[in-house]
Amino acid sequence: MTAKLQAHRHTPPAELPATGWLSSMRAALVLILLCGGLYPLTGVWSAAGLFPHQATGSLIERDGVLVGSVLVGQSFVDPGYFRGRPSAAGYDPFRVAGSNLSPGNPQLRARAETTAHALAAEYAVDPTRIPVDLIAASGSGIDPHISPEAARIQVARVAEVRGLPQAQVAALVTAQVEPPLLGVLGQPRVNVLRLNLALDALGPSGTP
Amino acid sequence: MNEVFLVYAVVLLLAWPLGRYLALVHASTPTRLDRVFGSLEHAVYRAMGIDPAARMGWAAYGKALLELHLVIALIAFAILMLQGWLPLNPDGIPGMDWDLALHTTAAFITNTNQQHYAGQAQLSYFAQLFAVVAMQVITPAAGIAALVAILRTLLGPEGAQSRTASGDVAVGHFYVDLVRTIVRLLLPLAFVTALLLAWQGVPSTFEGARVIQPLDESAVAEQRIPVGPVAPMVAIKQLGTNGGGWYGANSAVPMENPTPVSNLVETVAILLIPVALLVTAAYLTGQRRLALSIFAVMLVLSASLSGPAIWSENQPNAAFAGIAAEGPNLEGKEVRFGATATALWGSLTTQTSNGSVSGMLDSFNPLGGLAALMGMFINATFGGVGIGLINYLLFLLLAAFLGSLMVGRSPEFLGRSIEAKEMKLISIALLLQPLLILSLTAVAVTVPGLAQTSNPGFHGLSQILYEYSSAYANNGSGLEGLGDDTPWWNLSCALALILGRFIPILAPLAIAAAMAGKRVAPTTSGSLNVATPSFAVLTLGVILMFALLSFFPALALGPVAEQLGLAP
Repeated sequence: MTAKLQAHRHTPPAELPATGWLSSMRAALVLILLCGGLYPLTGVWSAAGLFPHQATGSLIERDGVLVGSVLVGQSFVDPGYFRGRPSAAGYDPFRVAGSNLSPGNPQLRARAETTAHALAAEYAVDPTRIPVDLIAASGSGIDPHISPEAARIQVARVAEVRGLPQAQVAALVTAQVEPPLLGVLGQPRVNVLRLNLALDALGPSGTP
Repeated sequence: MNEVFLVYAVVLLLAWPLGRYLALVHASTPTRLDRVFGSLEHAVYRAMGIDPAARMGWAAYGKALLELHLVIALIAFAILMLQGWLPLNPDGIPGMDWDLALHTTAAFITNTNQQHYAGQAQLSYFAQLFAVVAMQVITPAAGIAALVAILRTLLGPEGAQSRTASGDVAVGHFYVDLVRTIVRLLLPLAFVTALLLAWQGVPSTFEGARVIQPLDESAVAEQRIPVGPVAPMVAIKQLGTNGGGWYGANSAVPMENPTPVSNLVETVAILLIPVALLVTAAYLTGQRRLALSIFAVMLVLSASLSGPAIWSENQPNAAFAGIAAEGPNLEGKEVRFGATATALWGSLTTQTSNGSVSGMLDSFNPLGGLAALMGMFINATFGGVGIGLINYLLFLLLAAFLGSLMVGRSPEFLGRSIEAKEMKLISIALLLQPLLILSLTAVAVTVPGLAQTSNPGFHGLSQILYEYSSAYANNGSGLEGLGDDTPWWNLSCALALILGRFIPILAPLAIAAAMAGKRVAPTTSGSLNVATPSFAVLTLGVILMFALLSFFPALALGPVAEQLGLAP
């Protein structure tokens, strides 16, 4: 498969191609249709044919109602639900963003202190025991996951509000933990929406 | 850490066959690939109205390249302004303001993809496809075309260069190099990558946003989920060192990068073609030992940029000291990726001028930000598709010039003398970078109201410096807290984008043609051998000295001062 450059000396050089504006225009249109039209169209049709569920956004349906996408985190305030990470976008996928606050920015410290003190009071633990992903805002603002530790710290609250035994809720969390693929790829994590759907499947939340 | 080694290993394993394939794609003699792609290519040539047998000198090649880019830019600009009236706009997105449309066009026609807008809310599907995706395929192909032209002219065996009808050194045929790269390499590779990403969950549809009813309706009543033909775009965005994402927060967004598997695919795609092009260069020119020594230097640079970034992001964020459990810096990062994979991506994306991100660089610890900036200052650590190796060749010529003088010989490279004309062009191409970045930064810092930084103190300076470095390096990443959709930012960045793309392509093309026209001096024991380890070390030294001499004061005032300020 070697493809070293060969000498052209024996072929007579052809005339320069015409590279006027009109021919550049023509070339541009052809290339735009090929690269911006044909390529994405075949890509989308093939992908949608092969993976129809993923193609439309990995949506989850419950009792005939679309309740979310497995890829998109949701805002949970009801104490009977597990909560996700702080979001700079209010979990609105049309405004996806991180906080973009630098580590030295006093605003970041102030936000983190407010969050940490609220969580420390709610879970009755020292702030230094709160998993960092519950203090740090995500990159997308719609991170669907939390760490297993961040789920476990919420077990007691969720169990109490729902009137369920803690062991049952803890087992639910353990069942929802996704480990790194082959022990290498990614971090251990829990999809908050899936966890809450599993929770709802056990019975309605204790609060209205 | 194993994830890091896995990325590099997969890249090396795939780059080898891909690089050899690409050498076959650009072989000057007929190959068996012609049977597969020949008919489609000839249909394209016929539709374009060009004669693929013709050959161009460097000036004609450069002119064809510039004219095509200008025409595509005008079309893209019109699409962005008029998208509100064009089809494929299910979410009813209006046209862009002129200055944002101008900046966006400049960002995509230069393979940079710097984004002062958020795609899911500010671009219609029509604009995403016929403006953004089209340029994301065409511009890396133009980079590869320019590289191949320069390689065959500068490094090809003596006598391989033919002459055009007017007697200039023929460097190739721009449209043939371009179309072959698109048809034989980029589109098939992007298609396969798009399917892999779609399998992992990246949306692929022409339907509009889906409205869902959230579980906890006491929080919000409804959630709208933006979808679209995302998968094909993300594939070429990663492969072509483009970096401009479908969604505002780029590959941090789960729809753009849903799983650790898609993260592996997208991270590998950042490095794949830039590394493969070294293999291509080896087989296309026969200079295998030189290509190997270039690879070694780039790998050393890559490890010394990725390493500190990964270490830095595994340190805690100083803002959380005493109010959270000990852990890595997760501000602006996604749980499914964690700190290590996000830091690796953040470093690779500036080594290669890709510019996509999987976490927010603005919230990186200062050393991680410094590693990202250094990657852009060097801009030849594998570098952008095509342009990275072109940038490296300039450093190689500079090192050959210095090395020759050090051993007391008249400057030469592969037996051809380096004279005043070449050195002038090299100097212009290299010195324009610090000149433009630093002077634009100085203006933005000095004139009140221009900068629009969102973070106080030293990090604010980093935000400004980063934006211009990213524009000139054709990178596209940013410290995104910056309020950058203003006429000043849009216009000043557009200037840096355009100069940062076309000077580093045209100057080396001219240098290569000038060098190829010279007589080759016979090799003696005293000749400078550029394929030796000692010459590789010299080149590495030249690269580092150049970046540090140009930018050390700016780095000291930005990330270095920020790091010292955080120390307890």
